[in-house]
Amino acid sequence: MSFADFLGLGQTALELALLNSLTVLALYLSYSMLNVCDLSTDGCYGFGAAVGAMVALAGQPLLSIPAAMLAGMLSGLVTAVLQTRMGVNSLLAGIVVNTGLYSVTIAVMEGSSLKNMNKTVTVFSMLKNALKDTPLQGMQTLVIGLVSAALVILFLSVFLRTRLGLAIRATGNNPDMVRSSSIDPRFTTTVGLVIANAFTALSGCLMAQSQKSVTVDIGSGMVTMALASLLIGGVFIRRGITRRALGAVLGAFIFRLVYTVALRFHLPAYMLKLVSSAIVVAAISIPYLTKAKGGKTAAGKG
Amino acid sequence: MLRIEGISKTFNAGTVDEKKALDRLSLHVRKGDFISIIGANGAGKSTLFNAIAGSFLVDEGAIFLDGKNVTRVQEHKRSKIIGRLFQDPMKGSAPGMSIEENLILAAGKGGWLSVASPKEKQAFRDQLALLGMGLEDRMKAPVGLLSGGQRQALTLMMATMAEPKLLLLDEHTAALDPGTAEKVLHLTEKIVREDHLTCLMITHNMQSALDLGNRTIMMDGGGIVFDTEGEERKKLTVQDLLNRFREASGKQLVNDRMLLST
Repeated sequence: MSFADFLGLGQTALELALLNSLTVLALYLSYSMLNVCDLSTDGCYGFGAAVGAMVALAGQPLLSIPAAMLAGMLSGLVTAVLQTRMGVNSLLAGIVVNTGLYSVTIAVMEGSSLKNMNKTVTVFSMLKNALKDTPLQGMQTLVIGLVSAALVILFLSVFLRTRLGLAIRATGNNPDMVRSSSIDPRFTTTVGLVIANAFTALSGCLMAQSQKSVTVDIGSGMVTMALASLLIGGVFIRRGITRRALGAVLGAFIFRLVYTVALRFHLPAYMLKLVSSAIVVAAISIPYLTKAKGGKTAAGKG
Repeated sequence: MLRIEGISKTFNAGTVDEKKALDRLSLHVRKGDFISIIGANGAGKSTLFNAIAGSFLVDEGAIFLDGKNVTRVQEHKRSKIIGRLFQDPMKGSAPGMSIEENLILAAGKGGWLSVASPKEKQAFRDQLALLGMGLEDRMKAPVGLLSGGQRQALTLMMATMAEPKLLLLDEHTAALDPGTAEKVLHLTEKIVREDHLTCLMITHNMQSALDLGNRTIMMDGGGIVFDTEGEERKKLTVQDLLNRFREASGKQLVNDRMLLST
């Protein structure tokens, strides 16, 4: 492999990692902070991708971003209402919404399970034209990925320090405390899930536009891959709200890099999901198993 | 301040495990009262607190808090005016969050999207210094790193900083070592006195039940069997309390924990 090849692989990995890191940051909020394992992530990612694609196909590429985020918020709201107000178990609420979103996503795509955006103006093609003949030529995916990840991290690092953000963290960290304080855990859970799913949908929307197509199963396995990235990041960065958010992006990059290199060495593409499952199991079980032997666990939450 | 009128609560009604935890209990607490509550295990002391705080709704009767009927009000809404401490020091604070973050949350000031100012943070530090535990120099440390006593003292401060109208202490020193327990009790008395709080305190320690506060009630079988204050209470000894209990319930109010702590 030449050095140029290597750089090329690195850039592709970084681009994909940045776009998907928005989903990792969503799980950072819902899983690490709120302690809710949101299994609607896959469906929400695809839903956001479909809504974004349809709006772009309708000739409104800029509007596709807020539209996808709004769709994600709606999906998060349904998941939250099911588990906080209607007695549905939190995991089941995610699964139910995930299943339902499959139909909704196809309905959004006008009954089709695939939409092409080959000739559609997307945020990426717009930026590609804008960057023509500048030093950043051809870097539109990188730029959009970097800017959106930076904005989400900035948002989270401010938001998680507000009173609402602290209340969301406390809800995940010590529900007993929240119940006996004047905070309604149903409210904090709802806000957390709505925001997290906005990021997941945005992630799907950008990914679909960057690859110029969307299929109904574009989000399949996202929750496991994002969780794997989150846990990998947690190995390197354990403390600090902003730093752990950066760690989530780092985790997404390492995950992609390992995968890209493995592909280069002829690991079949279909192995990706097995690898991500194994990473999640390892990242959760290794601290648990070492703890059982009397070691200290590094699985810090909060 | 707090008026409880004939409340009852039965758990597992209609099963073999049916337990009447509260039985037409009535209690009138005046503003500024500091009441110690004693009674054997299963007398309904913690259930009474849960009923007041709204952890569950009572089967019958009514609860008036500060003139308002709160019988059907949700727990988190009542807790705006109720501060509460549990026996388990782990229950009242978030271990993964720093001391400072726990305090910001407990202070409950400002809107949802507000961020604590440096001035507010300094005020937290000053208040923490009064605990005399050196916590003011560890503002950024996760609460999970504190000892049980430090954590309970912090929780006490958190529970009282939003200026609740009523403070419920459920054996809040029972899990601490004797020296720390004494320190936390001392702190409790100081805070209740200085903030003019109305306070109910469950304790297994007969002596502190008589030493602290202005009124003592004894519970058994989900009701109040003895209620004393003023001159009568001043003359009481621990032995008198034990005798009273035997007269009222026909049982011995003794278990190992109480014997050891008297």
